[in-house]
Amino acid sequence: MTTGDDRAEDVASVDPFATDPSNPRSWKRAFRDIGLGWRQRALWGYLGWQDIKQRYRRSVLGPLWISISMGVIATAMGILYGALFHEDIKVFLPYVATGLLIWNFINGCILEGSEVFIANEGLIKFLPAPITLHVYRLVWRQTLFFLHNLVIWLLLVIVFPQPLSWTVLLAVPAFLVLGINGAWITVLSGILATRFRDIPPIIASVTQLLFFMTPIVWSYERLKSNPLAAYVELNPVMHFVEILREPLLGQEIVWRHWIVVGAITVVGSAVALVCLRNYRSRVAYWV
Amino acid sequence: MVSIDLDRAAVDFPIFDAKTRSLKKAVLGRAGGRIGTESKVPIIEALRDITISLRKGERVALVGHNGAGKTTLLRLMSGIYEPTRGRASIKGKVAPVFDLAVGMDPEISGLENILIRGLFLGMTRKQMDSRVDDIAEFTELGDYLQMPLRTYSTGMRVRLALGVVTSIDPEILLLDEGIGAVDAEFMAKARNRLNELVARSGILVFASHSDEFLAELCDTAIWMEHGTVKEHGPLREVLAHYKGRDVLAEIEAR
Repeated sequence: MTTGDDRAEDVASVDPFATDPSNPRSWKRAFRDIGLGWRQRALWGYLGWQDIKQRYRRSVLGPLWISISMGVIATAMGILYGALFHEDIKVFLPYVATGLLIWNFINGCILEGSEVFIANEGLIKFLPAPITLHVYRLVWRQTLFFLHNLVIWLLLVIVFPQPLSWTVLLAVPAFLVLGINGAWITVLSGILATRFRDIPPIIASVTQLLFFMTPIVWSYERLKSNPLAAYVELNPVMHFVEILREPLLGQEIVWRHWIVVGAITVVGSAVALVCLRNYRSRVAYWV
Repeated sequence: MVSIDLDRAAVDFPIFDAKTRSLKKAVLGRAGGRIGTESKVPIIEALRDITISLRKGERVALVGHNGAGKTTLLRLMSGIYEPTRGRASIKGKVAPVFDLAVGMDPEISGLENILIRGLFLGMTRKQMDSRVDDIAEFTELGDYLQMPLRTYSTGMRVRLALGVVTSIDPEILLLDEGIGAVDAEFMAKARNRLNELVARSGILVFASHSDEFLAELCDTAIWMEHGTVKEHGPLREVLAHYKGRDVLAEIEAR
């Protein structure tokens, strides 16, 4: 089959399959995918940044455009619901705005996460790359959007001073935890969505529902007297929003939320890892 | 160490929305791979029983009719598809050149596209920065390199893509046919660069219908038919069997 006797020794000496796990469904390949994806951060870092620039290309306001559009929505909602619920604007507007910008990050990760491999079908079929590359790019893109929108928070905190303390530093680990959760949700929903195309629309409906069940435009504190309010705690997104919103607004840190988020992170990551191990190699076939 | 080892590898595509399960194999089997209808989800056996071992220095031509499985085999070798049956072990950095346009963003400038294309092909930022002047000079695009890609004509885009693709240092170079939609003068210039690229590569696998191109770049050949390897040997013999006449002799006579 192969030509040339001089190469016979080459083929005979080493069994190529001895060192390489030839089973596509292996932990080694799953972790190798994650590691290789991370090592290509020059690529997905640049692409994620291009995704942002895309949004304000040929616009007059430039990157400010992203922050302003978010700011307008936050202000409108804050004033509207503030009037409806008789809330003090000085407190409520920053509350709504911060909640919204955290929600945008979570929502972006969940919605775009479910479609991440479907949207990158061309790249997946033409260029061999770890599938986690697309996951990193998505989370990075959402992070950049969040940072753009953080300008709103900064503005509001200056105009309506909040009781900030050293706890504001907790925002950094809180955001990192959010990022990790964004990643495992993207892996899990992305892989399943390539196989079952109903998943993205179902997820879209669920997240719409989640928005109203999460205390963003309404205050959880206000409704604590209502016995049904405890059910709000069943909404996992509520805890994610709280761990980042509390430090950003100088509110009291409720550690219960961190524990819930920690548990979700561990369980979710484990499930996503199993899914990655089993179906990583199938994504190119399913997409 | 650079190597490609495929051991009884197979690539089966699941077809999820195929409504009819009673497709006759004979009807579609002529052009493509075999269609299996035994399992619940119909599958297409694009490749089956592929056993190939390639080592550094090999220059392999890939021939066969359309639908024989050449592109699928290239994708299997590049790692895009992991085999559904059998095993594949690929060692070395793979540079797949299947579609010149993939990864190009029409909204950003030619220079930025050069960077991105290079990153996609496995180069680092530093490597691309050092090569960009050389690529820019080769493409002869001048000031257009600052313009967004969408202002380019097709020929210009191909020149840009060719420029990037021929500047990399691949350990395994996989070329799919259809990379030549440029004017003749530029093609002559590109041919030299392509030859240099191949000389730098560890392994070359080149799928093409052009006998001259294959004769110039390859010394062995694989003949694919209906998803399997029909023959794998020296270029002259395989081409002669595939075409039915000694093609190499004809080319040499010219």
